[in-house]
Amino acid sequence: MDLVQLQRQFVDYRTSLYHEGFLDEQFTQLQELQDENNPDFVVEVVSLFFEDSERLLNELARALEQQSIDYKRIDAHVHQLKGSSSSIGAQRVQKVCIAFRNYCEEQNVEGCLKCLQQVRHEYSLVKTKLESLFQVRLPCRREIFFLSKMVLP
Amino acid sequence: MGLKLQQSYHHSVTLKVNEQMGTKRGYTFIQANRAWLPKFLLLWVMVMAFLSTWIYKKMDADNKVRRKEVLSSMCDQRARMLQDQFSVSVNHVHALAILVSTFHYYKDPSAIDQETFAEYTARTAFERPLLSGVAYAERVVHSEREKFERQHGWTIKTMKREPSPIRDEYAPVIFSQETVSYIESLDMMSGEEDRENILRARATGKAVLTSPFRLLGSHHLGVVLTFPVYKSKLPPSPTEQERIEATAGYLGGAFDVESLVENLLGQLAGNQAILVNVYDITNSSDHLIMYGHQNQDGDLALLHESKLDFGDPFRKHQMICRYHQKAPTSWTALTTAFLFFVICLLVGYILYGAAIHIVKVEDDFHEMEELKVRAEAADVAKSQFLATVSHEIRTPMNGILGMLALLLDTDLSSTQRDYAQTAQVCGKALITLINEVLDRAKIEAGKLELETVPFDLRSILDDVLSLFSEKSRNKGVELAVFVSDKVPEMVMGDPGRFRQIITNLVGNSVKFTERGHIFVKVHLAENPKPMEGPKAETYLNGGSDEDALVSGARQFKTLSGYEAADERNSWDSLKHLVADEELRYDASVKMKAADEASQSVTLMVSVEDTGIGIPLIAQDRVFMPFMQADSSTSRNYGGTGIGLSITKCLVELMGGHISFISRPQVGSTFSFTTVFGRCKRASFSDTKKPNAEDLPSGFRGLKAVVVDGKPVRAAVTRYHLKRLGMLVEFANSVKIAASACGKNGSSCGSKTQPDIVLVEKDSWLSGEDGGLSLRTLDRQQNGHVLKSPKMILLATNITNAELEKAKAAGFADTTIMKPLRASMVAACLQQVLGTGKKRQPGRGMLNGSSVLGSLLCGKKILVVDDNMVNRRVAAGALKKFGAAVECAESGKAALKLLQLPHSFDACFMDIQMPEMDGFEATRRIRMMESQANEQMNGGTEEGSIRTGEWHIPILAMTADVIHATYDECLKCGMDGYVSKPFEEENLYLAVAKFFKTKPISDS
Repeated sequence: MDLVQLQRQFVDYRTSLYHEGFLDEQFTQLQELQDENNPDFVVEVVSLFFEDSERLLNELARALEQQSIDYKRIDAHVHQLKGSSSSIGAQRVQKVCIAFRNYCEEQNVEGCLKCLQQVRHEYSLVKTKLESLFQVRLPCRREIFFLSKMVLP
Repeated sequence: MGLKLQQSYHHSVTLKVNEQMGTKRGYTFIQANRAWLPKFLLLWVMVMAFLSTWIYKKMDADNKVRRKEVLSSMCDQRARMLQDQFSVSVNHVHALAILVSTFHYYKDPSAIDQETFAEYTARTAFERPLLSGVAYAERVVHSEREKFERQHGWTIKTMKREPSPIRDEYAPVIFSQETVSYIESLDMMSGEEDRENILRARATGKAVLTSPFRLLGSHHLGVVLTFPVYKSKLPPSPTEQERIEATAGYLGGAFDVESLVENLLGQLAGNQAILVNVYDITNSSDHLIMYGHQNQDGDLALLHESKLDFGDPFRKHQMICRYHQKAPTSWTALTTAFLFFVICLLVGYILYGAAIHIVKVEDDFHEMEELKVRAEAADVAKSQFLATVSHEIRTPMNGILGMLALLLDTDLSSTQRDYAQTAQVCGKALITLINEVLDRAKIEAGKLELETVPFDLRSILDDVLSLFSEKSRNKGVELAVFVSDKVPEMVMGDPGRFRQIITNLVGNSVKFTERGHIFVKVHLAENPKPMEGPKAETYLNGGSDEDALVSGARQFKTLSGYEAADERNSWDSLKHLVADEELRYDASVKMKAADEASQSVTLMVSVEDTGIGIPLIAQDRVFMPFMQADSSTSRNYGGTGIGLSITKCLVELMGGHISFISRPQVGSTFSFTTVFGRCKRASFSDTKKPNAEDLPSGFRGLKAVVVDGKPVRAAVTRYHLKRLGMLVEFANSVKIAASACGKNGSSCGSKTQPDIVLVEKDSWLSGEDGGLSLRTLDRQQNGHVLKSPKMILLATNITNAELEKAKAAGFADTTIMKPLRASMVAACLQQVLGTGKKRQPGRGMLNGSSVLGSLLCGKKILVVDDNMVNRRVAAGALKKFGAAVECAESGKAALKLLQLPHSFDACFMDIQMPEMDGFEATRRIRMMESQANEQMNGGTEEGSIRTGEWHIPILAMTADVIHATYDECLKCGMDGYVSKPFEEENLYLAVAKFFKTKPISDS
């Protein structure tokens, strides 16, 4: 009973994440990669993503505070962020990154700052969502794993 | 041009030349002068009218000239004749005059009297046809009048027959021809005309003529000829006076000119045509008519004058001839001219018509050309549109399908689930369709290129079959594949496209077949004619024919017993094929060497089904895109009908051709040939390794008995078992198998004892004693040997009840569901025999990722990406398929790891990286490798050991799959690309190229 409810909760929550556009099918793929040999794969990758993103966001903030802004560097950072967000399927972050890079190309400081704000915002959103998703699943990771295997095609 | 032409408007020759040039020079001239064409025609007609008039005139003038010539010659002839006759008469009168002077004056007494004269003249009248009569008048002076009158006994009378008045002299007629006897005693001097005549005659001494007057007797117009007669001989050149003195009398004759000329003309031809007038023109102002009518009718326009000389220099005469009728209209000339005009008119019109036609055709041609260009443009636009739209549709479709998949994950009511599943199926169908349309567009644009890589044909066929196994099993249709042993294991070609062809054909067959079987058969197209002589019956008993009739229903010797459209696929032919192979089995080693001499191998693939067939009317448009048998087909069976057209294109691209035989309600057989390259021996032996890995070798040498009543099916089963290296025998029924086993068991011991007995469900069920004999079989085995053979049931579909029954009957071991695939059979046998469970069959065996797993398993792969997360994900994905993954976070790190010699099998390279991007890194790696290869080739010892060169497959990982990026990838030495994030299918396609075909020599 408990398990079924948990499963239900997890699936609902995840579906809502898809619907709100936080995640895309890449996240599904990611989950597919997880199996017995690699049970913590998703959590591992997601935490890597958090780590990396936070670093990049800090770097970006610092770079934009400079007197003379090095757009190339900012672009490289945003590219990184875009890559990792697309890898885990955080598509809203990814989209903002695309806009960010455009501003970068135009060397538009204000646009960049605005985008940075947005990226931060999206990032913290997706982080919260993912964390809560994992909290849903953490207590019963094994079960969830099997469930997700069963449910997924 | 137009101006120039205008100038030469009235010059026919120029015009003609121009027109001819116009027709010859072709469209430019005609086209440029199209507005002038009617004017040309008009001009032509006018010129021709002018010409024909001219011709008419010329001919007419010719005619007139000729007419004139004829007239003048006729006239001259008449004049000459008249003159001749006249002078003959005159001469005779002259002779008469001499006669008179001789016999009347020189003789004394006179020898001539009236009587003699009359008789003589009458008798010589024929000599003077022109003279109506002659008379002689004596000169009598007044002093001698009385003497003369007395002597003759009559008085001299005047012309009016009165006694003559007194004159100086008289000229009374004393002799006369009888015709003119009425003038005897008349004084000739009394007549004005005669007197003048007489005076002139005696003065000149020659014949003289009067002007014409009406003659006394006949009242015809006539002239009188007078000739002087002299008494004494004249001196040689006498004077006028001397002549007058010497004159004795006058001889006169009357010329009746009218009857004379009439007579004369009557003798001549053309009398009717011409009108003749004779005039005395002595007085030039007043022409006196001698003959003919004064009031002229006849043709006044044309006349001819001829001079007449009657011997009297004082008188002048003339003959005038005219045509009786006016010159007749010259019909010849008129007709000629008219015909000429008509012909020219027609010619002109034809030329005009031709020109108009040319103009029209050219206009049409230009229009067509324009339309063609537009159509081509439309076609290009269509292709572009298709490509774009297909691509654009695919993106949202992926979203839809993904969402549907997620939706199906959620808790749904059964109805909702049904709806969602339907939507998903439809979506998938749509994606397939779009892919097909894209393919078709690509083929049409000629952009489809085939690759040439070695591949295993059999495993592809197995894959395709497994794709349709679910569907066919649900329908209860048997699906089977048979590949001739002579088909090489590995061939060079495009496996993807080959798979597509087979998938299309089999998919079609599955779609349209409700019962019976679908049978894919592959053999060499240059297969020699099956040998007739030794029919190697591989049956344990010889009587394979006895199930031709089973339970009254006609059974065909096909896979399932249903009739097939093409008999070639039936057992009769397959038997030969199999037999042939059996016979050649020993010689196959030798054969192989010979076979490999040729570079290519032509395969004949046929896909036979027992479906609804293709209606005869639809058979000729089967390969046309978007054409199905009829519109109801797509309603009943779905599909767009594009598949077969793509298949045809692909087959033709692969150098073969496709054909089919179909009988409605019986089935269809599609056959096609393809040309594949042969693999070289070296790579052949190399590729043997992964292939053998694919199919476990643990069954080599095992013996199996296949119990199946249908020889074709048995052959198929044997084909799969043989691939596993097993020795196979056939048995027609369980009973026979049992007895054979028993016999074998007792006679030869366990050596020939079968390890496995595979029983076809049909054979098991059909035999009433099936269960019993099986037990017997089982018991016998148990009795004689330690290890009993494993009993396996082969079935296409099986109900639970049957399954229970089977288990009860002794098939405890397992049931293999058809379609058979070597790998699946292997898995089942492993399970049954419990041999070598090195590889995990189960789940991995059954879904698609098993292939990827087998490809990547144990491979060492380097992932180069600067992004930590990406790296981790890529590594995770590859690890999932059993690869050993190592990571590098930059191009430099990768270079370091790939220093030769290294042990990596492949490298996945991110393109966009700081410091050194993927392209640069790849370039450097390739440089390193080529250096190493050169060194290696330099040292022959090493080179001879190594078969391959250093070339690590490098695959780009990129998020954008723009074509340009792909080109760039290839340019810098990469082998392919995978789109990020990884998709299984995508990854498989990229990786398959290298790991199947390129066994890594240094791993």
